[in-house]
Amino acid sequence: MLIFEQSHRGRGANAQFPADNDDISSLPAGALRSSKPNLPEVSEMQVVRHFTRLSQKNFSIDTHFYPLGSCTMKYNPRACNTLASLPEFTGRHPLGPSLHGQGFLSCMYELQGMLKDVTGMQAVSLSPAAGAQGEFAGVAMIKAYHDDRNDTARSEILVPDAAHGTNPASAVMCGYKVKEIPTGKNGDVDIEALKEAVGPQTAGIMLTNPSTLGVFDRKIKEIAGIVHDAGGLLYYDGANLNAILGKVRPGDMGFDVIHMNLHKTFSTPHGGGGPGAGPVGVSKRLKPYLPVPIVGKKEGQYVLLDENDYPQSIGRMSAFAGNAGVLLRAYIYARMLGREGMPRVAEFATLNANYLLKRLMDVGYTAAYPERRATHEFILTLKKQAKELNVTAMDVAKRLLDYDFHAPTTYFPLLIPECLLIEPTETEAKETLDDFVETMAVILKEAEADSSLLKGAPYTLPVKRLDDVKAVKQLDVVWKRAEG
Amino acid sequence: MPFIPHSEHDISRMLSTIGVDTIDDLFDEIPDNLRCGELEQIPTGMNEMEVSRLLRDKAAQDGLPLCFLGAGAYEHHIPAAVWEITTRGEFYSAYTPYQAEASQGTLQLLYEYQSMMASLMGMDVSNASLYDGASALAEAVLMAVRANRKSKSRKILMPLSINPVYRSVTQAIVQNQNIELVDVPFDAATGQTDLTALEQYAGEDIAAIVIPQPNFFGVLENVDALTTWAIENKTLSIAVVNPMAMALLKPPGEWADSGVDIVCGEGQPLGVPLASGGPYFGFMCCKQQHVRQMPGRIIGRTTDLDGKEGFTLTLQAREQHIRRSKATSNICTNQGLLVTAATIYMSLLGPEGLKKVALNSHKNTQLLINRLTAINSVELAFASATFHECVITVEADAKQLIETLAEKSHILAGFDVSVSYPELGNALLVCATETRTEKDIEQFANVLNSYLNS
Repeated sequence: MLIFEQSHRGRGANAQFPADNDDISSLPAGALRSSKPNLPEVSEMQVVRHFTRLSQKNFSIDTHFYPLGSCTMKYNPRACNTLASLPEFTGRHPLGPSLHGQGFLSCMYELQGMLKDVTGMQAVSLSPAAGAQGEFAGVAMIKAYHDDRNDTARSEILVPDAAHGTNPASAVMCGYKVKEIPTGKNGDVDIEALKEAVGPQTAGIMLTNPSTLGVFDRKIKEIAGIVHDAGGLLYYDGANLNAILGKVRPGDMGFDVIHMNLHKTFSTPHGGGGPGAGPVGVSKRLKPYLPVPIVGKKEGQYVLLDENDYPQSIGRMSAFAGNAGVLLRAYIYARMLGREGMPRVAEFATLNANYLLKRLMDVGYTAAYPERRATHEFILTLKKQAKELNVTAMDVAKRLLDYDFHAPTTYFPLLIPECLLIEPTETEAKETLDDFVETMAVILKEAEADSSLLKGAPYTLPVKRLDDVKAVKQLDVVWKRAEG
Repeated sequence: MPFIPHSEHDISRMLSTIGVDTIDDLFDEIPDNLRCGELEQIPTGMNEMEVSRLLRDKAAQDGLPLCFLGAGAYEHHIPAAVWEITTRGEFYSAYTPYQAEASQGTLQLLYEYQSMMASLMGMDVSNASLYDGASALAEAVLMAVRANRKSKSRKILMPLSINPVYRSVTQAIVQNQNIELVDVPFDAATGQTDLTALEQYAGEDIAAIVIPQPNFFGVLENVDALTTWAIENKTLSIAVVNPMAMALLKPPGEWADSGVDIVCGEGQPLGVPLASGGPYFGFMCCKQQHVRQMPGRIIGRTTDLDGKEGFTLTLQAREQHIRRSKATSNICTNQGLLVTAATIYMSLLGPEGLKKVALNSHKNTQLLINRLTAINSVELAFASATFHECVITVEADAKQLIETLAEKSHILAGFDVSVSYPELGNALLVCATETRTEKDIEQFANVLNSYLNS
């Protein structure tokens, strides 16, 4: 039942209402609202019960194993939320003087330093609000760099075919054309194709390493050489940073600019679709173009540096200083991990992924790259099952929900047929992985016995499979009060 | 090991299943010369007790000054239930609802949010959020350029009365797509966008005009006249509004009767704390005819295999994960958790409560204006109706004044407008929401009076 359907005229959560006040004489009559907005009129308890019940219809990390590949669904420590919610932090106005922000700003300054160190970059701006905005900022910096050198013929960004959809979309928002680079048989970028693709028109390349195929591109230095020799720059998509945190640094691989997804690697909450935080790190030559504000130190005080300090900046990505509360949670997480905890993230994420892959292969699943070492995630392909049993990756994903496991990422990357992209993360225990394997084995047996069982899954959730075509054709995105 | 559950026994059994001796062997595909050493700039780890002490000490440094500062972020009372429920793990630690059957909670909530926001704005449809108000305006500009197929100019009329940082964010985001933002001046006496200055663009090919309500100075714009201008000149209109003000003021869907094409703005006033500027959320609504040009996630109501009602992501063919380089935007992760808070907030306040918050904010600002302008040498900058903010001029250096009041009296005296508008002289943008009491306002007036006149 929708909250609107529980509404009764004249009811309300009155404890939340400020004093009665009907004096509107200071406002021109023509500027006033005459219609009442369609907000529910319900009691406080109704609201609490309604939204608590809604929450119970969700799978989440706190309730379920959530092996959603490329999303790094790991435990979000509760301390990060509790401490970031201290009243002085939540109550701080973004435009308040830095005098009333030394505590908060010192956290941000230290976070910049830690992110620089763990990525091997020369400077960091925390301001992009999410990965895609970090990508936009990164590509905009590449463009600003070339433009400043009057190297304006560079009109193309290279993107591997396995890349996240945000990569080509971000490049286009910066005014670039996108050229796709194919992947070689072993999952690495096709070097010959890359050599053919680069030229005086190349502004840069956007890479994820480990790639979305769940493998580390071994020829990364060679790729960096080819692109740099052509005059292009290298962009690192930090979506998979969890795989190499504290082990390998993008700066050492030759990247010029990177973004990090703090809601992945630094364990800030995914929140049902955000907020994220997508700080960018750069090599020395791109530092002047960083988005502002950046936290600096002047005369012993932490301050926000702006366009006056960075006159060549690509500008601002949001009204204030990015998703500050998310950054604060990431800072707390980073302090709890410390220098010794960061490589452990990569190590145990990788251990869990390789263990899970091995066991899933043992029970009859096919790896997309069986000869390669898995990184923090890996891909299964159900091509064989699709052909022989008429069971798709989506069917397996939906059946998993019945067994209380969130589904892996499905049908991404697009170049692997019938794929499941599985990322267990370092925070899952061995027995959870074992349970998952046993369930996957059961599902395979079910598929062999009667594929129609999987086609109808899930059976145990609040709804069965939804009619997506109807959702588009009979578009209903806003509730309206019934007439009369 | 913090947040890693493995025992030594687990590790050895897992390694033996994989068939390697050490965890390090799992990194054998990574060339040795790429491996980094110890991270020297990162301090060693802390336990929860230690990090709690550290953060409490840092928080204490910041204090909680008395706030008369707005300028795009507003201190409103947030009911306890809002964040109690929002931070339930089932909302807090879920992700984008790709698996609809396992995400009906988030999906239904987002559908309810879209319904509330569309109604508050008087518009047909709403998306499920963008990053913040400023970047939402940038997306609205890009959307308008796509949606206005008759226009070739890529020119946007942008009033100078809009929040200057919204203008610079928009510029930063659209600058590489050959879009031109054209300044429209404001009337020095009223602080409203100068309608006569628009005349020079009559008949010209303009993709869209931006209309703020209230504008950056807190002043109510002549929104009907501006929307009428857009309709008569066959240009699209983009409203940028404070959602709290819309509980009281005519919503953009009713401006000039037929309404604007796109509405966007900052959702922070609806249950989101100030928190140093984020995370907030941007909202966007539009007319039905433009829905396929809208960026961001959209949730639709549909039915399942048994005909039962359910909710799912819809119109995904606009989005980057399907359309890649041809998507309407690169946005993926948005601000779901903040929308969760806003939906709970709007449900608690309802139409009556929200209107009362807006009215009390307005009333307190009227009181603030009365008290401050009673001070010798303090004047109102504009003779216009305002919502819950206004510009005052003072005979003192505004920057110095703000710093002194913050340091000596723990009062945030407003925003120094003269940085972006030197023509206004020493001017402060001040704000009083429903959270300020008469006593608070009295205290601010007394402190300001003694600073200026002693």
